[in-house]
Amino acid sequence: MSTRSAELLMAAGLLLLSLGLMWNVTADDLHIGWVEGRGPGAGVWPFWLSGGMALASLWTLVRWFRGATPESRNKAPYIDGQSLGLVLISFAALTVMLLLVHVVGTYIATALFLGFYMRVIGKHAWRSTVSMCVGMVLLIYFLFEWQLTKYLPKGAKAFEDGFLWIDNFRWQYLM
Amino acid sequence: MLDIATLLGAGLLQAFEPLNLMMIFVGCLAGLFIGAMPGLGSVNGVAILLPVTFLVPPTAAIIFLAALYYGAMYGGAVSSITLGIPGASTAVATVFDGRPMAQQGKADQALTAAAVASFIGGTISVVLFTLFAPPLAVFALKFGPQEEFALMVLAFATFIGLGGDDIPKTIFSILLGLVMAAVGFDIISGQPRMIFFDFVELQRGIGFLVLAIGIYGIGEMLWTLENTKGEVRIHAVSSTWKSFKKNLSHVREYLPTTALGSALGFFVGTLPAAGATPASLMSYGLTKTFAKDPDSFGKGNVSGVAAPEAANNAASTGSMLPMITLGIPGSPTTAILLGGMIIWGLRPGPLLFTDRPDFVWGLIGSMYVANFVTVALNLALIPIFVRVLAMPFTILTPIIFILCFVGVFATTDRMFDVWLMLLLGLGGYLMRKLNYPVAPAVLAIVLGPLAERSLRQSLISSRGDVMTFFERPISLTCMLLALALMIYPIWLNVRRRRAGATSGTE
Repeated sequence: MSTRSAELLMAAGLLLLSLGLMWNVTADDLHIGWVEGRGPGAGVWPFWLSGGMALASLWTLVRWFRGATPESRNKAPYIDGQSLGLVLISFAALTVMLLLVHVVGTYIATALFLGFYMRVIGKHAWRSTVSMCVGMVLLIYFLFEWQLTKYLPKGAKAFEDGFLWIDNFRWQYLM
Repeated sequence: MLDIATLLGAGLLQAFEPLNLMMIFVGCLAGLFIGAMPGLGSVNGVAILLPVTFLVPPTAAIIFLAALYYGAMYGGAVSSITLGIPGASTAVATVFDGRPMAQQGKADQALTAAAVASFIGGTISVVLFTLFAPPLAVFALKFGPQEEFALMVLAFATFIGLGGDDIPKTIFSILLGLVMAAVGFDIISGQPRMIFFDFVELQRGIGFLVLAIGIYGIGEMLWTLENTKGEVRIHAVSSTWKSFKKNLSHVREYLPTTALGSALGFFVGTLPAAGATPASLMSYGLTKTFAKDPDSFGKGNVSGVAAPEAANNAASTGSMLPMITLGIPGSPTTAILLGGMIIWGLRPGPLLFTDRPDFVWGLIGSMYVANFVTVALNLALIPIFVRVLAMPFTILTPIIFILCFVGVFATTDRMFDVWLMLLLGLGGYLMRKLNYPVAPAVLAIVLGPLAERSLRQSLISSRGDVMTFFERPISLTCMLLALALMIYPIWLNVRRRRAGATSGTE
């Protein structure tokens, strides 16, 4: 896709989004005008500002048709072909990691993600990969779970139960 | 005057408390490192590390983040000089002369000049800050909701008038941030608003950190991955004690430039849309214009390194002035700091000076100390930073991604927000590639709730009369300035077109 088409698509998409937001405010039965005795209604702010967003998108569309923006004259690919692969694989790996968090929990998911990125994309040696993964997991556990007392996601029941062993160990011997 | 001295003394004492002093050290070090990494700047560091600061009390937390902000300004120069890639957008102007100097084998001289200039810039601006902040805060105490709202309109107008980005896209970005801030329960009527697809999670609203980390963490890394492909080349730096002393003796050459750049940087930095990047470019331009030998710029003139570095450091301090005194952030980084202050339970604005003097003066005191710490760390650790820069992106990128995920989860305790962050980060990246500026949206989501409240309060008290914003002198001034800023680019455009038309007929 060229930058030119991307700008058209983006502006049209954002116009739709703005109109959708305006529709959403009215669909919720929020007042978009003055409410007698109470002041501006709850919908005033989001409705009229979304209206402004719609106008700004229209303005961009008009500028696109007239070729006023540099992007509308740019035929180069939207995302550089050489780095598209790297961007896609990074984003995909990140998405998979977040999905895994729901299943196997924070620690296993982050370790797998870091390991994949360092070993497969970065081609680092096994030793540095493994030590980074272990170090990262320990750092997160110490900083967030221990010091900030945050209960990070532990995934499915089986994995959550497994984690109790570690927490018990900490409470019994390290606190 | 004496009051200020006493309060400053107390602030300095506070900065020397063990915890705060440690925060300064750690913050400066983290900032230097983050600033030096290509693609990461102060705003990314502050956004990604803000969740971690909940470990310490608010004063220590803001000292840490301010030191990080500071350090990142120093650190940006390191990669500008040794890699020829600006470590952050704020250090773009440093590349112009820093890179040629490195190619001539004078990298150490350039790095020393950058550090010394940053130090001078930081010191001058923090003195200006100390002098300007208390009277400004006293002045701002008179502000009612009308003035608050007018001031925010002015802040957003600077993006349109001075931001230099595509105007409709800038407007879109501002409004998007303001609308996102409205998601959740309405503060006045209590009605739920914009709960898309009935996601219960949206009732709590969209946290500013979710957007900030999405854009400055996820989006920024995707952007960096695309643009650098992870490839960098480093210029060798040799640094010995003897060469260091020799480099310091050059200071006199660029001292006037540095002082000018510092003052300029401070005042440009206070403007929300301007900040450190334009300040450093303006400082570079001015120095070149008034230099005796303008032709030597771009070929390795040491003044060309000192001028922008002084300005970007001064600007980072300058951008904290409106944040602390008026509650209006002067840069995206301070917007995130402001959001952090709200999370810590502080109400940013003029009352902070009377309600929490320990917080304000502790911060100011720490800025003095942080300046000394950073220059010392910077000069001492230059060889190490240069080696750190060689760290492959395949280690840094996944670590940043993981920190984004854990950081967002730690602030909101919901996976929903983590997914939202991912989505917003991707959206921000795709929009940024089409020249939609992202900083106004981050500023807007922080200011959105305050802006809406002050607008509605003003309108309720005036019974719906919009003229209330134009009847009070301060708010009238802000509104007129804002209008002028919004009309200015249009007027400029018309004039350019007319000039183009006349030259075309000739």
